[in-house]
Amino acid sequence: MEQLFHMSALELGRKIRTGELLVRDVALSYMERIKEIDPMIHAFLALNEGRLEERITEVEAGIREGRYTGPLAGVPVAVKDNICTKGLFTTCASKMLEDFIPAYDAEAVKRMEAEGMILLGKTNMDEFAMGSTTETSYFQITVNPWNKEHVPGGSSGGSCAAVAAREAPLALGSDTGGSIRQPSSYCGVCGLKPTYGRVSRYGLIAFASSLDQIGPVGKTVGDCAALFEIIAGNDAKDSTSSNHPLENGEDLVSGGLQGMRIGIPEELADGIDAEVKKGILGAAQVMKENGAQVETFSLGLTDYLIPAYYIIACAEASSNLERFDGVKYGHRSKTAAELHEMYRKSRQEGFGAEVKRRILLGSFVLSSGYYDAYYLKALKAKALIKQEFDKAFEQYDCILAPAAPSTAPRVGVSLSDPLKMYLSDIDTVAVNLCGLPAISVPCGIDSKGLPIGMQVIGNCFQEKKILKAAAAYEALRGAFPVAWDTVGF
Amino acid sequence: MGRRIDDATMDNVELLAKLTLEPEEREKVRGEMEQILDYVEKLNELDTEEAVPLVHILQEINVFREDVVTNGDGLADAMSNAPRSKDGQYMVPRTF
Repeated sequence: MEQLFHMSALELGRKIRTGELLVRDVALSYMERIKEIDPMIHAFLALNEGRLEERITEVEAGIREGRYTGPLAGVPVAVKDNICTKGLFTTCASKMLEDFIPAYDAEAVKRMEAEGMILLGKTNMDEFAMGSTTETSYFQITVNPWNKEHVPGGSSGGSCAAVAAREAPLALGSDTGGSIRQPSSYCGVCGLKPTYGRVSRYGLIAFASSLDQIGPVGKTVGDCAALFEIIAGNDAKDSTSSNHPLENGEDLVSGGLQGMRIGIPEELADGIDAEVKKGILGAAQVMKENGAQVETFSLGLTDYLIPAYYIIACAEASSNLERFDGVKYGHRSKTAAELHEMYRKSRQEGFGAEVKRRILLGSFVLSSGYYDAYYLKALKAKALIKQEFDKAFEQYDCILAPAAPSTAPRVGVSLSDPLKMYLSDIDTVAVNLCGLPAISVPCGIDSKGLPIGMQVIGNCFQEKKILKAAAAYEALRGAFPVAWDTVGF
Repeated sequence: MGRRIDDATMDNVELLAKLTLEPEEREKVRGEMEQILDYVEKLNELDTEEAVPLVHILQEINVFREDVVTNGDGLADAMSNAPRSKDGQYMVPRTF
């Protein structure tokens, strides 16, 4: 059975289809493994145990009767806790939503269910996806399966740690400024942030609506492509979701590197940890030796990425999180005597420090007298940044960059200096500002034994280019080791 | 550097954010906000005279649909997470 945990999701799906593996055995084995290993990793906030038996029976019948025929039918999946799951706690890792049980499924969840996938549970995250370490969770700190003294990254730290620790073959995360790609990199797994509008945000509890996007986390590029194909596509319930045509999962990863033009922005490769740089350049060399044209170039305006991103993200967050007022759902203060006091006290008690800081910052930059100087200025900067990327994509099919300037920091060191933590998002936020697709792929291990992740970035709706480049690199790289601290479990 | 947020501004921001911070928390977060604002003001170096603010990254806008209910009544579901409710309505403390 141990082999089962190391199989890719596609391999599991294949073996389920041929009858070599039973849906029941796979789902129950994973559930058992979570119970065995998660007390050490703390990746999960809630398990879908209550309805598992019923769902297994349903999926078994569905496969038998030919209703579930896709490549991931019968494959279990974990879901980040800001994505609504009907009847199962969805807390955003916040005290504010400690008792919240959605009345509906997010569209992405619905599409996975329609393909016969089996929900294992909900994964830990930074509170309302605000943070880069999963340490701002109200409930627990998830640790990195490669070294339990280090963070898994964030905000989708639970999903990435779960895949790395082999507690789930696949997971959903969400990415507003790097929240899929950075923890994927820290945990030695693959994570795809799709083009803005590819995946419906219906049922994703909003942080910054113009930047948020749901995406897959998996062991391999192929697994990410297969899950991406399932969750992507237009949805009338999200008016920003796109009609852009999509190729099927297998086609998405085929093609190889021959003739591909790849650019490495000097600005993003400079000032980073030397071992990370070596890892990225090493991967670039492998791609070059196998048919890609690789060169460095100057991206420009990179000094303005973090300022523009944090102004826009906080502004949108302050607006989106207004809904948490203690009236219709969420925490309500017990000590408020009148309505406005109730709003303020409920929010004061329900939100953690990082969330409050971003709401306050967002309120400030949107307030009368400051709007033009900060928010409008950031939107103009975003327009100029987008032009830089447009220019780059005239030259290159893909852009290669680190997924983070360093490998995973130690637990307990990041939250004391918020600005420093924000600055560490330098390699990921541009992708969200410009709506681009990007995938993080493991490309090495540093001297501390922690994984290094490489980001392959593409132009809007060109997931195929980045997936095929990433898949080709992955094949050349060979199998990536299993997280050290989970070996033997 | 670091002196934009006086007491009145902080009061206003707290009001807009619908938060009532503890005094110590307020001073701490004010300092952090000043520090972050100092940093993001780097944007002032950038000439944005000609730039048009970019809100939507995709050009696919104006999505219309018929104004019809497709998801049923759902009152009980909608009320199921309410901290307090009565007869299908949300209960709140006195409003004035």
